[in-house]
Amino acid sequence: MNRPGIAAFFSSGASSVAPRVDALFWSLVLASAVVVAVLVLLNLTFLIRYRRGSPARRGPLEVSTWKFEATWIGLTTVGFLGFFFWGARVYLDMERVPADAYSINVVGRQWMWDIRHPNGRREFDELHVPLGRDVRLLLSSEDVIHSFFAPEFRVKQDAVPGKTVSVWFKPTREGVYPLYCTQYCGTKHSQMTGRIVVMSPDAYAAWLTCGPTPRIAERGRELFTKYSCSGCHDQPSQIHAPPLLNVYGSMVPLQDGTFVYAGDEYLRDSILLPTKQVVAGYQPIMPSFQGVVSESDLLDLIAYLKSLPTAASAAPQPSPAAP
Amino acid sequence: MSLLVESSKAPPRMPSYLEAGHTVRSWLFTLDHKRIGILYMAAITVFFSIAASAAALMRIELLTPAGDVVTSETYNRLFTMHGVLMVWFFLIPSIPSVLGNFIIPLMIGARDVAFPRLNLLSWYLFMAGGILATYSIVAGGVDTGWTFYTPYSSTYSNGHVMAMAAGVFIAGFSSIATGLNFIVTIHKLRAPGLTWTRLPLFLWSMYATSIILVLATPVLAITLVLMAMERLWGVGIFDPKLGGDPLLFQHLFWFYSHPAVYIMILPGMGVVSETLAAFARKPVFGYRVVAASSMAIAILGFLVWGHHMFVSSQSVYAGVVFSLLSFLVAVPSAIKVFSWTATLYRGHITFETPMLYALGFIGLFTVGGLTGIFLASLAVDVHVHDTYFVIAHFHYIMVGGMVMAYMGGLHYWWPKISGRLYHEWTARIAALITFIGFNLTFFPQFVLGYLGMPRRYHMYPEQFQTLNVLSTAGASILAVGYALPLFYLGWSFFFGRRAGPNPWGATGLEWKTASPAPEHNFETTPVVTTGAYAYDAEGNP
Repeated sequence: MNRPGIAAFFSSGASSVAPRVDALFWSLVLASAVVVAVLVLLNLTFLIRYRRGSPARRGPLEVSTWKFEATWIGLTTVGFLGFFFWGARVYLDMERVPADAYSINVVGRQWMWDIRHPNGRREFDELHVPLGRDVRLLLSSEDVIHSFFAPEFRVKQDAVPGKTVSVWFKPTREGVYPLYCTQYCGTKHSQMTGRIVVMSPDAYAAWLTCGPTPRIAERGRELFTKYSCSGCHDQPSQIHAPPLLNVYGSMVPLQDGTFVYAGDEYLRDSILLPTKQVVAGYQPIMPSFQGVVSESDLLDLIAYLKSLPTAASAAPQPSPAAP
Repeated sequence: MSLLVESSKAPPRMPSYLEAGHTVRSWLFTLDHKRIGILYMAAITVFFSIAASAAALMRIELLTPAGDVVTSETYNRLFTMHGVLMVWFFLIPSIPSVLGNFIIPLMIGARDVAFPRLNLLSWYLFMAGGILATYSIVAGGVDTGWTFYTPYSSTYSNGHVMAMAAGVFIAGFSSIATGLNFIVTIHKLRAPGLTWTRLPLFLWSMYATSIILVLATPVLAITLVLMAMERLWGVGIFDPKLGGDPLLFQHLFWFYSHPAVYIMILPGMGVVSETLAAFARKPVFGYRVVAASSMAIAILGFLVWGHHMFVSSQSVYAGVVFSLLSFLVAVPSAIKVFSWTATLYRGHITFETPMLYALGFIGLFTVGGLTGIFLASLAVDVHVHDTYFVIAHFHYIMVGGMVMAYMGGLHYWWPKISGRLYHEWTARIAALITFIGFNLTFFPQFVLGYLGMPRRYHMYPEQFQTLNVLSTAGASILAVGYALPLFYLGWSFFFGRRAGPNPWGATGLEWKTASPAPEHNFETTPVVTTGAYAYDAEGNP
């Protein structure tokens, strides 16, 4: 967006992974150009030299064809394997989210991007991120499949309803960059676009606190009552349900004798798929909230559960401004 | 290919298949594979024209960044209609059902396909599917895209999804029946002496295609039925709100639709092998490897569907395996391109229209294949997936490859179909216009995709306009290239010069019999004594 026209074609992008993707892309362009040039040259030579009635010498081939066949099968296979390893190497790094990445929730919805920062600041179709920081987006969708595409970052990931998928990048240049939805999602698919604003960490920290920051944990508490979670999980209760204090960040013992780490994913699963992991000593009596609780409410509920005193309160969210 | 005629006395001449009856009934109830081929040709020409008109409207809309010609609703229905009709009602039946039906029995020295009644039923199923699909368009259209991704298609879309899906479902049975017919025909009805290693390469590619048709199409049928169950009765299969998994649909859909890509290119490769041999007047270089590569593509093609899902949130390791297999499936295609180039070496080359289309195919298919390598590379695919880069890539294969091959094959066998010759120079110019128009339409789309323009966008940011204008300009040239053959081939059908049995001086059993082909193809069953493409040192058959 800030680099219009043909200059963008040779731009090195605005994320840490972009130069690596570009190096692979341009190597593929170069290799393809060489192959096309050789083929065009050979074809033209043969077409002219062996046109009907030309004086060129013909007759059967003196060497057996298998030598040529083996050569080009071997060469293409080796070349392809090389590019396979290169592409897979970069991809694996793109998929491995750094442990201390700064997490932002992104919900796709017909036809907007609904973005929540860790302190509760919410924005639509615009994503502010700090420069030089590993940023992890927790993508989910409220309705159909969307896809988060930041071309200048060379990053793309589908937002699939019913699950949360991580994608990460590290912005390397301040500026404003386009954001597109690239999975067809209905009538206004082409208007599900937005902007990504890369700011200096200080500016980002200031931005984070200046806007309206609805207390999502408080809203989560209201939802906790609204969806009748409190009826069973608040103590004291008639129904035998696991208490939720000290859950987040702990190792929860399960019915089958194993343990599970209670992170965001566990909390989400416990609400949507309560029979998937039953806590030791309890009956699988909780109903599923799949299709009942919206993606947006779900995020607030999880925020509330995380705000309760936790086992891991010694290790709080990493501060956004830290590089 | 030389053959021995069993009887030296000339028997009374059979009427050509065109003279065997002139009533509508004699066409609609024909069991003759050649007439059924013509019925298919008429049908797919109509579907192609409808689908191409949709593309033309889209290209006009994309002249400007704003959505000013049609609404978003309409635009989404246009690209769905374009995709569904082009894939299932033009490309998949194009070479197999038109040229395959017409030529396969002639090439193997048979009187007809193995199951002529099943063959006619295939056409009726195809038409029933086509009419249902057309109904869904006339009734208001479908806005899901040809991929029908769930949960959009099963829960959210308000278009006539069920009618469209039912049309595709029914047409699928036509594909299965045709594939089965060809497999049995090639196995059981070959002329004496026509062993597997003497088969023309078109037959090898049609055999490989038929295997895919029979094995992959049922999965599409199952997928569409599951989608219908969710849409009509709310059975939770794909929609997570009903307890389903949206990615399951993608796995099932691409398990059919990736092999279907090879249904849409293998027959074209077969046509190119035939035309190159005929106009270079020598055997195809490395016949056995080229034949084997068709089979390798058919088999490996079943194992690469996940490369459509690298950013779908499927497992990272599945992505890596699918990437590796996708690189490997490109090897047999590369073998073919190199072998075709080597075929020209020491040939006696002339440049009739079918040859121009074949050479165009090699160039465009090579670009399409190489950009496929870009998409198989995981890290690059993440960036260009679902952008215009992908659109350009598969149009280079489907249109630059398959449509060029279909046009080439149509011109090559036209004398056998019509008994007449078209005006050579007009046809050459049309081929050239098609080639230029095609490149101008689709090459800019590679650049657009790399710059980040997503596919299926009714409106787009201003910086993409120049390349879109170029693309639309190319499309108008391409339209001329496609319209011209309708006129000069139509004209030649009635007024063209008589062709004679073998106007190109080609080998192959289809050129040993009269043009247009007699009702029962051969006066006497031919006997084959040599391999395919047995040209002498001077390039004569």
